[in-house]
Amino acid sequence: MYESMIATLVRIPGHAGDEIEAYVARPEAEFRRGGVVVIHHMPGWDRGSKEITRRFAELGYDAVCPNLYTREAPGASPDDAAAVARAQGGVPDERLIGDVAAAAAYLRALPTSNGKVGVIGYCSGGRQSVLAACNTDVDAAVDCYGAFVTGEVPTEFPLKITNLVDQLPNLRAPLLGLFGAEDRYPSPDQVDELERILTAEGKPFEFHRYEGAGHAFFANERPSYNVAAANDGWERIERFFGTHLGA
Amino acid sequence: MCTYTTVHADMDGSAKGPGSAWFHAGRATVYFDHPVHAMAEHTLNIDLTDPDGDPARRVALELTAESARALVAAIQEALAAVPDELKL
Repeated sequence: MYESMIATLVRIPGHAGDEIEAYVARPEAEFRRGGVVVIHHMPGWDRGSKEITRRFAELGYDAVCPNLYTREAPGASPDDAAAVARAQGGVPDERLIGDVAAAAAYLRALPTSNGKVGVIGYCSGGRQSVLAACNTDVDAAVDCYGAFVTGEVPTEFPLKITNLVDQLPNLRAPLLGLFGAEDRYPSPDQVDELERILTAEGKPFEFHRYEGAGHAFFANERPSYNVAAANDGWERIERFFGTHLGA
Repeated sequence: MCTYTTVHADMDGSAKGPGSAWFHAGRATVYFDHPVHAMAEHTLNIDLTDPDGDPARRVALELTAESARALVAAIQEALAAVPDELKL
């Protein structure tokens, strides 16, 4: 545990060279370590996302959480920025990939980096974590209940997202998936489909499904919080990143 | 779930928002998704904004589905009570 840490705001060059905000948390100790990119959920670059980022620093990683809504609403509060981003159609996949790649490059350039970077995302960020792992150079990826990695996107959805089925053959990192058995997006059937595809493709993965847990069971400020699932999930994340991001 | 569902309506009116300041409400964004503040897993959310203005100029509602239906019914009832010649 690295309880002594430094957490700060930085600006990094994101997709297409756009300058974006990012929240960085790092252990206050000199040793070589992996990095973690935290992808915030659709409600934005909020306190919960920053708490998660600090937790990775406590676990001994350099962690960065880019503000994916910097461009839409620079300087706005997270909920206002999320409202603007949603109204404008959400984060385009190409831009997300560029921003995560930039965050990973930022981590690898730190003097403490061991060169390894993992990515983790929650809700919409779970899908984006898989998306990033199919398109950027990361060493491990965690998908926390991301909807529409598989499954059909209802046609009435105006946000232009697609599932990632055609991209899964390009998955280039081991994937840890944490899902609620009571969730409907992703549904247990969609998680099964993802499991079948990854097995057929020979991709390394590890899935856990929590009975009694629905969506967003890590969100400790929301009614969906599930203590048992969240505690077990954090332990699995620790082990997974420990295995794949170690020196 | 993150529903991703988002519906827009162009509007012409005013809303009173942050700092007790009025602003032109030109757009409503309506979606059923996680609330920021309401104690429910999902709510019907309405953002009344000025699309050309500061993102902080926003009136945000997070309503349970039942509350949202009650609001719709109340709006319909209020409009129904208005003489046709005033509905311009």
